[in-house]
Amino acid sequence: MLPEDFSDLEPFASKWCLATERERYAERLATPMADMQALYDAILPRAEDAIAYCDKFPLDDMPEDATNLLHLLYSMVMVSFPVECWGQARVPDTGAAYLDLVSEPGP
Amino acid sequence: MSRVPKPPEGSWTQHYDLGTAPISYEDSISAEFHQLESEAIFKRAWLNVGRVEQLPRNGSYFTKELAVAKTSVVVVRDQSGGVRAFYNMCRHRGNKLVWNDFPGEETNGVCRQFVCKYHGWRYDLDGALKFVQQEEEFFDLDKADFGLVPVHCDTWEGFIFVNLAKEPAQPLREFLGPMVTALEGYRFGELTERWFYRGPVASNWKLYMDAFQEFYHAPVLHARQTPAEWSAPAQKAGFEAPYYRIEGPHRVVSTSGIRPWELSEAQRKPIEAVTRSGLFGPWDAPDLGEMPAGLNPSRADPWGLDSFQIWPNFVILIWGQGWYLTYHYWPTSYNTHMFEGTLYFVPAKTARERLAHELAAVTFKEYGLQDANTLEATQTMLESRAITHFPLMDQEVLCRHLHKVAGEWVDEYRAESAGVGI
Repeated sequence: MLPEDFSDLEPFASKWCLATERERYAERLATPMADMQALYDAILPRAEDAIAYCDKFPLDDMPEDATNLLHLLYSMVMVSFPVECWGQARVPDTGAAYLDLVSEPGP
Repeated sequence: MSRVPKPPEGSWTQHYDLGTAPISYEDSISAEFHQLESEAIFKRAWLNVGRVEQLPRNGSYFTKELAVAKTSVVVVRDQSGGVRAFYNMCRHRGNKLVWNDFPGEETNGVCRQFVCKYHGWRYDLDGALKFVQQEEEFFDLDKADFGLVPVHCDTWEGFIFVNLAKEPAQPLREFLGPMVTALEGYRFGELTERWFYRGPVASNWKLYMDAFQEFYHAPVLHARQTPAEWSAPAQKAGFEAPYYRIEGPHRVVSTSGIRPWELSEAQRKPIEAVTRSGLFGPWDAPDLGEMPAGLNPSRADPWGLDSFQIWPNFVILIWGQGWYLTYHYWPTSYNTHMFEGTLYFVPAKTARERLAHELAAVTFKEYGLQDANTLEATQTMLESRAITHFPLMDQEVLCRHLHKVAGEWVDEYRAESAGVGI
């Protein structure tokens, strides 16, 4: 799913290359901390290279594998909160609160 | 001892003559008061319902559910490119005119005319009734008398407002007043990358406004959003805004900012350095030219944000890092409302810019969820009435003002109603 240079991240691709925040947030809530930590640890050192790779293309005309890589970077952002702040998937003390992202920009 | 100067009276609260006594939140736990707010506030004030970019071409429309006024409006770009609003209601049998699948859900799209699902009556984009099915069987029906019913609608800086009054007491720009209109010139029209969040909140609408118009809570409630090297001293220092301004029913708080790129690695999260972004927005701000005179009144450098609390339920929050967001709080009952948060950026041109926006947006939601959940906890206990009066400190001056204005508008309505024997 990912560009050849990022084959080391391929094990995370099928689970985390998700196009919408709604899907990424749901995946976060459904995933054990250890798995999110693994994604975080794998992608953070590769993030600069991944951003530079995606930046080779116009944002509105990216090949599919680069788009997947960008979506994986979005998932890096999503799991950074459980990993860096909370030590759990959900924001603490927010059991009853919902905030849905109804529309978001691409890609 | 405050770190930033206070007005000569010694506090912002006294400067704006708001009284210093503990206040009641009866206005947030009373069904009767809420009924009055509907008439006194939401059917009289100008209400922001969106932006002109949501209507990109003639025939573009969106609907807005206004549960607080038990109505729905449809906002449309008309045949000559103007923006109009109508009650979303067919003149024939009262069916809601524009909706899909679920009558209570908002919708948007593009059309040449509005067609009622029920009997096929058609209206053009200017609201005129153009077609009646089996017209010859009606009795003395003049189509000219049965156009859509208009709602007062005006725009300011691309923001679309409606007013449900028969005749608004003031034109929009006068209602906004000089403090808000001093934002004119900000390049709202260039910040078209839009992120629209929505969520139901189990509290009165004013309690969520309170949550976002004071930052006294920030170092405590949000402490864990930042590393301890940052949050511990921040909590010890507490929060002080350099500037508050109140004018008419509207309010502004302005804050100083940070330069996250100058912090040590221990003071910020790794993801912030990787994406060059964070709560305050992208580290690499777009060039938006000169800021309008009404922004950053204390000339803070770095400047954090200005939050314009526009009466009754609309907030424009402009960040120093070149983006802005809006909040809307739409009452659905005395103890529930629908919250909307909309983020606006200059459209990302590169993946790097887009990723920086992603972190700012995800951070916004993490904070928003924390803020939202304290509200149900507050609402339920306020309703117990075990305690009826609550102290507010000087950084909560805008909360004090909001509840005062709500009381004033309701009192004025009551007095007028009594005067005309309603």
